[in-house]
Amino acid sequence: MSETPIVIRELKNQFGSQVVHQNLDLEVQRGEILGVVGGSGTGKSVLMRAILGLRPPQGGRIEVFGQCIDRGGGLETLRRRSGVLFQDGALFSSLTVAENVEVPLKAQFPGMSARLRHELALLKIRLVGLSAEAAPKLPSELSGGMRKRAGLARALALDPELLFLDEPTAGLDPIGAAAFDNLLLTLKQSLGLTVFLITHDLDTLYAICDRIAVLGEKRILTIGPIDEVAAIEHDWVQEYFHGPRARAAQAARR
Amino acid sequence: MSMAERPSIEVVSGASECLRLAGAWRLDQVDRLEAEIRRTRRPVKALDGSDISALDAAGAMLLLRLAARFDIAPEAITLSDRHRALVEVVARAEAADDREPVRRDARWRRLLAHVGQAVVQIWGNLVTLLGFTGETLITLVKVIPNPRLWRPTATVHHMEQTGLDALPLVALLSFLIGAVVAFLGATVLKDFGAELFVVDLVAYAFLREMGVLLTAILLAGRTASAFTAQIGTMKSREEIDAMRTIGLNPIALLVIPRLTALLIMLPLLAVFAMLAGLLGGMLVAVFTLGIPFELYINRVYESIELRHYLVGLIKAPLFALVIALVGCLEGFKVGGTAQSVGERTTSAVVQSITLVIVIDALAAVFFMEIGW
Repeated sequence: MSETPIVIRELKNQFGSQVVHQNLDLEVQRGEILGVVGGSGTGKSVLMRAILGLRPPQGGRIEVFGQCIDRGGGLETLRRRSGVLFQDGALFSSLTVAENVEVPLKAQFPGMSARLRHELALLKIRLVGLSAEAAPKLPSELSGGMRKRAGLARALALDPELLFLDEPTAGLDPIGAAAFDNLLLTLKQSLGLTVFLITHDLDTLYAICDRIAVLGEKRILTIGPIDEVAAIEHDWVQEYFHGPRARAAQAARR
Repeated sequence: MSMAERPSIEVVSGASECLRLAGAWRLDQVDRLEAEIRRTRRPVKALDGSDISALDAAGAMLLLRLAARFDIAPEAITLSDRHRALVEVVARAEAADDREPVRRDARWRRLLAHVGQAVVQIWGNLVTLLGFTGETLITLVKVIPNPRLWRPTATVHHMEQTGLDALPLVALLSFLIGAVVAFLGATVLKDFGAELFVVDLVAYAFLREMGVLLTAILLAGRTASAFTAQIGTMKSREEIDAMRTIGLNPIALLVIPRLTALLIMLPLLAVFAMLAGLLGGMLVAVFTLGIPFELYINRVYESIELRHYLVGLIKAPLFALVIALVGCLEGFKVGGTAQSVGERTTSAVVQSITLVIVIDALAAVFFMEIGW
C-alpha cells in the first residue's frame, strides 16, 4: 500500500467557454494534510468534485491510489477508501446521526450485522468528540459545529485512508474551529489519514497543514510548506499570506 | 490493495496463557474477526498484538472488546509502535463517553407515541389558530379607525393576486362541475321523465353549496399556500424579526392586507362560480336534454328563493377568514430552514381545505335544522 493517494496530470476543467483549470498537476503525498487555498472562482470546489468523480473533467487524468478514476474499478477504490465532509455536513436530513454514519457501512458491507454496524457507528461518533446522546438525534436538532462533527463521523465510517474536507471550519466560532483543527490533527495522526483540505481559514493552514497548494491562473501556482509558499512573489499570495488577518494568524502560531 | 491477510487468534500456552493475534484487523475483515473472537473462550491473561499487520478503528474496537472480556487493560496489550496511538485514541473515545447509548423504542411503542404526538399537535394547532385569530381581530380593531395604518396598495395587490388572477380557474372549474352535475341528474331523472328538475338540482347545488365550496377549496390550495410561502420566506430570512425591531407590527403589515383582500374577493369569486355553474348546467340542459333556454331561466326564477343564495354566500367570509388566517399563521411558524417552508406550505393547504369542508358540513346541518 505505497501508492500515492492522489496524482493529477494535465487536468482541464471547463464550463462552456470558461476554462477553470488548464494543465493542472498535483500530487498528494501519503500521510499529509494538504491545504488547498485560492481566491473565489479559482475552482477549489471544482477540483475536489473532479477528484471525487462527481464531475468528469474535460481533459487530463486523475489517479487515486494508482488507479484512474474514469474506470469503474478506480471509482470503486475511491469510494471504498475515501471519505468526504461537505461544507455543511450534507447529512441526510431524514436520518438520525447514527443512521447517517451507518449508511456507508450498509452500502459497502451489506452483510454486516446490525448490532456491529451500530457499535461501529457509535465508535465513530465518539471518535469525533460527540457523545452517544447525539446518536439518535436528527441533523436539524444539532448545532452547526455538531453537524460538522457528525459529517466527519460519516466520512470516517469506512476507516478511509483519504479524507476530503470542504471548508471544515467555515461558520464555526474561533474556539469551535480550533477544537475542530485539533480533532483533525489527532485523527490524522492516530488513523494515519491523508487529508485533502479546502479552506479559507488561515489559522487552520498554520495549525495543521503539512503543505499548502495555491490555486490560481487555472493551475497550481505553488505548493509546499507554508513558509515557502508565503514567500512566493505573487500579488495574490502576498496579499493572502501577509494581509492583516494573516499576520494575526502567524502571531498566534508563535 | 495488497492481499487481505486473514486475521487469526491463537492460544500460546506457556507460563501465563496468552493469545497471539495476527493478520489484518480491518473493517473489511470484521465478520471473520467477530467469528474468531466468539470462538475464543478459554480465559487468558495476556494479549500479544505485535503480529497484527494492519489495524484500523473498527479492528481496534474489536481488540479492545476482546481485552475487556479478559479484564486486560488497554495499556497491557502488546502492540507494535505504529498501532499503539490508534488503540489509545479509540480506548479514550470509548472511555470518555461510557454513557449507554439511548435505545430506540420498539416499533409498536413508536407507533403509539406517534399517534399521541399527532393528537397533541392537532390540539396545539387549533389552540394556536384560535389565539392567532384573536390577535388578528384585535389588530384589525386597532387598524380600522386609524387610516394611517391602512395599507391600500398591498391590499389591492393581494386582491389582484388572490381574486382577479384566480377568476379564470374558478370560472372554468365551476362551469365544468355544473355541466357534470347536470349530466348526473339527467341520467337519474330521465327514467322518471323529470328532466326539468335538472334545473332545480344545478341551481340548488350551486347556490347553496358548490359555488362557494369550490371557490374556497381552490383558494385554499392556491392562496393559503401562497400566503405561507410568502410569509415563510420572510420569516426564514429574519425579515419578520427585522420588522419587529423597527417597531412595526407584522400582523398589521402582513396579515391584515391579505385578510381584507380575501374577505372582499372570495364572496365575489363565489358569485362568479355560481353563475358559471348555472351556465354549465344550462348548456347541458339546452343541448342534450332539449330544455329550452327560456324554460331553464323561468324554472330557476320559480324554484329558487333568495334564501338559498344567502345560505351559500354567508359562508364565504367565514371561509375567507379561515384560509387567510391558516395561510398566514403557517407562514409565521416557519423555522430557519428551507425545508420548513415546504412543510408549512403543505400543512397550510391540508389544514385550510379540511377546515373549509368541516365548516361547510356543520353549516349544512345548521341551515337544515333552522329550516332554510
